[in-house]
Amino acid sequence: MAVVFKKSSMLTDLPTHYCPGCTHGIIHRLVAEVCEELNVGNKNIIGVAPVGCAVFAYNYFNCDMMEAAHGRAPAVATGIKRAHPDKIVFTYQGDGDLASIGAAEIVHAAARGEKITTIFVNNAIYGMTGGQMAPTSLVGQVTTTSPYGRQAESAGYPVKVSEMLSQLDGPAYIERVSVHSVPGIIAAKRAIKKAFAAQQEGKGFSLIEVLSTCPTNWGLTPKESLKWLEDNMIPQFPLGVYKEV
Amino acid sequence: MAKLKFYEDLCKGCGLCADVCPKKILRLAPSRINAKGYHPAECTDEGTCIACLSCARMCPDVVIEIER
Amino acid sequence: MAKKLMKGNEAIAEAAIQAGCRFFFGYPITPQNEIPEYMAKRMPQVGGCFVQAESEVSAINMVYGAAGAGARVMTSSSSPGISLKQEGISYAVGAELPMVVVNIVRGGPGLGSIQPAQSDYYQATRGGGHGDYRMLCYAPSSVQEAVDLMAKAFDAADEYRNPVMMLGDGMLGQIMEPVEMVSPREGALPEKTWAAGVPENKGRAVINSLFIDPIENERHNQLLEAKYQAMRERETLSESIGTQRAEVILVAYGTMARICERAARDAQKAIGAKVGLVRPVTVWPFPDDAIRQAAAQPSVKRVIAVEMSAGQMVDDVRIAVNGTKPVGFYGTTGGVVPTVQNILDHIQAALKEGN
Repeated sequence: MAVVFKKSSMLTDLPTHYCPGCTHGIIHRLVAEVCEELNVGNKNIIGVAPVGCAVFAYNYFNCDMMEAAHGRAPAVATGIKRAHPDKIVFTYQGDGDLASIGAAEIVHAAARGEKITTIFVNNAIYGMTGGQMAPTSLVGQVTTTSPYGRQAESAGYPVKVSEMLSQLDGPAYIERVSVHSVPGIIAAKRAIKKAFAAQQEGKGFSLIEVLSTCPTNWGLTPKESLKWLEDNMIPQFPLGVYKEV
Repeated sequence: MAKLKFYEDLCKGCGLCADVCPKKILRLAPSRINAKGYHPAECTDEGTCIACLSCARMCPDVVIEIER
Repeated sequence: MAKKLMKGNEAIAEAAIQAGCRFFFGYPITPQNEIPEYMAKRMPQVGGCFVQAESEVSAINMVYGAAGAGARVMTSSSSPGISLKQEGISYAVGAELPMVVVNIVRGGPGLGSIQPAQSDYYQATRGGGHGDYRMLCYAPSSVQEAVDLMAKAFDAADEYRNPVMMLGDGMLGQIMEPVEMVSPREGALPEKTWAAGVPENKGRAVINSLFIDPIENERHNQLLEAKYQAMRERETLSESIGTQRAEVILVAYGTMARICERAARDAQKAIGAKVGLVRPVTVWPFPDDAIRQAAAQPSVKRVIAVEMSAGQMVDDVRIAVNGTKPVGFYGTTGGVVPTVQNILDHIQAALKEGN
């Protein structure tokens, strides 16, 4: 008998603080496995954690990590990659971090073709701060700051990051995936692998947008959350490859 | 033939593994609770497990280790 | 090295390169533009890296990343840009990251003006960002001094693992003066066993300023406080000129100190009063002792803080003098630069009023 599924060495032993059923944990595992399979060794990978639920990612990824100010991970990663062009550099960010306060940073890192990889976890809500509306919240979605449902009239429409960034010439690979199902998870890993490969080959900027759940702040069970994602988020945020150089 | 190993104290009782198991042989332990106070996932009939890895892939906390 | 006529901003940039700085992240803002422009030209020539960021907020975070990766790195900006960088600076202090931040101060508040000013004193010395944090802050009064202090700034940043500020102003940045450039730094840069992606770090680097457990965060704050105390004891710099048996002690820093030095020299002849000057070279740590000693002399009737602001350093002068002598203030705002005569007139009026 051989071990066919085991925790990656790119994850530390620390149990995560994420809520039961939150798919952040799955995405952490996928990033860790892909990094491990790059065979460059943990010492040659540097990650940047955001401010958000994943702020403690610097305790979970077993490589050199930096904690960035809210929204600034792509800038921090730029500084790192310029200092260590030979290292693999990634940012792991949520939708408030990337699409709201950090919108300028991600746009310009992409436009510069910064040779970093961004894992963008889109769960259409602010998790850590208790369920406020995010730029990716759906029209009509009830959150603590859109108690009557997101009103397009006053709060506008969801930001489509993958579509937006794919208009730029700097990105080499952009794909939107989802971890709401096992096939989705398998496809997500493949996409993350391609993104890191694009970085390794020096092709330019890469970003994988991962649709993810937030059972606690969506007010749904873990299982219902996967269904809600499939029925509501995927139509708003179509999966697929948006840029491939 | 497959062998499942559950790192029980990492489990948060979210039940996603049980939902995706095609053989419906996973469940949350009805009476036992782990160190965090959750009912941990367990396998009711390892003999019929086909080691498709769905449960391990779906688990957000990497609780399940599988041998085949 | 022979003297060369150089513009302040460019001399500061070249001195940084001579000090071993190989990474610069900045953004355009008058009156410091020549620094990023010069770096854009020079960095590639020395195998360094220049990036113009999309904003000062982004620039300081690029500096954070490079500093955390063990690089000798700097940024420069001017007042509004430095305001945007305050959050990043607070994070850098919390994460114990070495960097040099140059502020070529302009008139404020808001868009203000592009002329020289000293109205960022509070921001520079009291911390313009959040949390209890301090920054070693040099205030050169000539292009030569700015050049000489750059190497010191980078070494101190590395030694204390804390950002260091170089506080200039529009005049210092824009004037051209004969400068003897410093020679290139010898020897390797100090090892950074804590940094990310560096061979000398055998463990796992975690560059972070979050300590969610209050006990841990307090312990971290106490560690930072110990650093500030060490800076107070070891890094305070000032210059006292003609203060012996003076009647009036002027306190001024940066280019303001040059004007005051001239006023002090002319005072005996012009207004029949012996005037001395204490010039803080570090505005943080503030040279309390030097001012206290100068003011304590029986001959001293009055201490006057002179600033291109509405009065900010004067608070520290009052703290230093601690009520032992009257402390006055003379200042100009908005980018207006006072003349030697303005200062002499003020001293004369103050003495008359005081007696």
